[in-house]
Amino acid sequence: MSTEILLNEFKEISEHPYKVLSQYKQEGKKVIGVLPYFAPVELVVAAGMVPMGIWGSNKKTIALAKEYCATFYCTIAQLALEMLLDGTMDQLDGIITPTICDTLRPMSQNIRVAMSEKLPCIFLAHPQYRKPAFGLQFTVDQYTHVKKELEKISGTAITDEALREAIKVMNRSRAARRAFVKLASDHCDVITAVKRSAVLRAAWFMEPVVFAEKLEALNAELAQLPVADWKGKKIVTSGIICDNPKLLQIFDDNQIAIAADDVAQESRSFRVDASEEGDPMMALAQQFADQDYEILLYDEHSSQNRRGEFVANLVKKSGAQGLVLFMQQFCDPEEMEYPYLKKALDEAGVPHIKLGVDQQMRDFGQANTAIQAFAEVL
Amino acid sequence: MAKTVSPGVLALRKVVEDVYADARTAKAEGKLVGWSSSKFPCELAEAFDLNVMYPENQAAGIAANRDGEIMCKAAEDLGFDNDICGYARISLAYAAGKRASRKLDLETGEYVIDPTSGKPLKDENGNVVIDPETGKPKKDPKTMQPYTVIDDIHEIEALPEGREKELRKAAIKPYRQMQMPQPDFVLCCNNICNCMTKWYENIARMCNIPLIMIDIPYNNTVEVADTNVAYIRSQFDAAIKQLEELTGKKFDEKKFEHACANANRTAQNWLKVCDYLQYKPAPMSGFDLFNHMADVVTARGKTEAADAFELLEQDLEENIKNGTSTLPFPEQYRVMFEGIPCWPKLPNLFKPLKENGVNVTAVVYAPAFGFVYNNMDEMVRAYCKAPNSVCIEQGVDWREGICKANKVDGVLVHYNRSCKPWSGYMAEMQRRFTADLGIPCAGFDGDQADPRNFNEAQYMTRVQGLVEAMEANKTLKEGEDK
Ligand code: SF4
Ligand code: SF4
Repeated sequence: MSTEILLNEFKEISEHPYKVLSQYKQEGKKVIGVLPYFAPVELVVAAGMVPMGIWGSNKKTIALAKEYCATFYCTIAQLALEMLLDGTMDQLDGIITPTICDTLRPMSQNIRVAMSEKLPCIFLAHPQYRKPAFGLQFTVDQYTHVKKELEKISGTAITDEALREAIKVMNRSRAARRAFVKLASDHCDVITAVKRSAVLRAAWFMEPVVFAEKLEALNAELAQLPVADWKGKKIVTSGIICDNPKLLQIFDDNQIAIAADDVAQESRSFRVDASEEGDPMMALAQQFADQDYEILLYDEHSSQNRRGEFVANLVKKSGAQGLVLFMQQFCDPEEMEYPYLKKALDEAGVPHIKLGVDQQMRDFGQANTAIQAFAEVL
Repeated sequence: MAKTVSPGVLALRKVVEDVYADARTAKAEGKLVGWSSSKFPCELAEAFDLNVMYPENQAAGIAANRDGEIMCKAAEDLGFDNDICGYARISLAYAAGKRASRKLDLETGEYVIDPTSGKPLKDENGNVVIDPETGKPKKDPKTMQPYTVIDDIHEIEALPEGREKELRKAAIKPYRQMQMPQPDFVLCCNNICNCMTKWYENIARMCNIPLIMIDIPYNNTVEVADTNVAYIRSQFDAAIKQLEELTGKKFDEKKFEHACANANRTAQNWLKVCDYLQYKPAPMSGFDLFNHMADVVTARGKTEAADAFELLEQDLEENIKNGTSTLPFPEQYRVMFEGIPCWPKLPNLFKPLKENGVNVTAVVYAPAFGFVYNNMDEMVRAYCKAPNSVCIEQGVDWREGICKANKVDGVLVHYNRSCKPWSGYMAEMQRRFTADLGIPCAGFDGDQADPRNFNEAQYMTRVQGLVEAMEANKTLKEGEDK
């Protein structure tokens, strides 16, 4: 398949997750909604069901969610609830609600209450002590709960073999995405910021095997192309999410390419693989333990600035000239880590800008001006 | 509020004063001083005789002293978004060395007085004195205050010895929360919120000090699962090891048991005090409990706190006998106040309540801090039950329990901009209170520490609405009774 056809396919899926969901249902598949962050989608895959990421929406407006939420919560969480309330998600067979931040804690309760007659909600509380034996064990305990609940929905037991297979599939999907991110930088003339985002976003909606196969095909096509002779600028993006095509269009319009990212919905979600050997539940726990440089996770070396320095290095290694931080409004975990990110970037001589965004933004005039001005100083 | 202060209240105040004073002394003597989140298992630190300060309590005090805004802004200047919890912002600014200070004229060495501060001057008849030149009320010079500015202890430290250094040191506001020693280690427990985790990591980074973490995952069921207990117990062991390394001492089992016994006694006495709000009319203003929380937070593992609550109990018993109350107005309505109060705006919060005869007779801190346990596993379970670590059913159950026991007529809900985990399911809780108890609820927007997020006009209207609804309920009930 040609690059263009593949890219179009990803774009279609990325823009119309509802259609994709309906398609799965028509095919008789069961679909599990997965809220951020770090949910073990491998378990969903192993149960023979389709995991579908829920990261808010760039098209909806908060209305029904107001019945549950004050205004000072991120749109990611509020719009997820909105889509559960307004029927967009009615076809789901279940939903996993992780609770790693202070917004997701009460949101897990709101969702469970609001969906009590519609949808089984699978609660997930990750530990902050991830690495010690007791932390690994707790993750296994939590994942075992998720597994049991998924088995109830699918009606079949998840075997170790199926889980190991699912781990392989997800590793494949993650490896393909990591490779794609590099190729997208090398071929930024073909993979524009908008297109790059559509590919990575589609991963949350597609069946993992299908996605991995398609992306591997795209990667192969890209690898054939000559490396772009890029005259524009290159930056690294950071933040929870930046998948609004209108916002990303600003980059394309200004000849700014994305060299790499530190975005939760993108690279932060596929940096770490799970072991394909040994006890697969422990492998998933270990995978979570290996997550690092995270605004959401406890760092036992807290007196160092590991995350800030990691991101600053990422910029340097990627060959980018600066960093654009998309700060989700009301996301206190990300906000809390900003001063030390800034410190590390400043010390490394990496210029950056911080743009406040939320998913109800429809006018990007200000962002446009800020990004243009930033590009000029790079 | 009541002018005479009872022995119990005095004792409670002294306990907190002493905790701060002891920490200052310890620091001066070169001993370790730690900072701890409010629901970290203090029993562990007590076993090592460590001096521990509580940034949440400190931030509340700073906010009540009207320096919340300037400290929050100082944190914002450091890059912390104004969306972050106000306690965290105040604490982070403080940890970075920022201090609310009195503005100095370095030449004269005097403080620069803010002409807009102070109360109106009154003549011997109690009438406001008008300044003939401006036509405006004159200020009572005794009540006027210097401007508040932000200073930085690291900057001061870097100055050469001499007059400026001394003056600037002395200009830092003298109240205890602004004189809290810097930390040598931090104790973090994220049961109340996960904001704690990165907040304390930030402090550890700023001050380059060790962090001892207890992670208590959010719970979706009323029961605490054995797997959670096992996970947290292991962390207690790990924390003890870290504390042994930090102090060079062995864990003292006896001291630990003693602290546990004290914590239990404090909790029991705290609950007894809270239960006095069941009397109708109540022998105290429920707002008092917010002040006494300082003792539960900073000293629950100490004998003195348990004793002081016992004294307060006696005071309240006296009040009941004499038919008196610390409530400075007759009690007409009884409400539950949901959430942390807006510390910088306490008088404004109190005003319409007073005008309408509304006493706060229930606060969720009563059950949330009244935890009693008999062994280590129960202790773990107790620490799992913090205000924001429990599922909605537990949260509702706590609140409805005290609403019933303390016979409330309505609920006033603070949608606290600072506290996302707390405010995040209040709307649903409100619906349940009304459905289950048949009482009206009213919500208002505010913030526990940052006065910029409180809208007084809205608050007045909401209280008014609540009072009207409670009145209608009362009339209805009286009609039915006839
Ligand atoms: S991490 Fe931030 S953006 Fe994500 S759900 Fe929590 S508050 Fe919202
Ligand atoms: S519990 Fe709420 S108010 Fe307290 S520190 Fe956490 S976020 Fe702030």
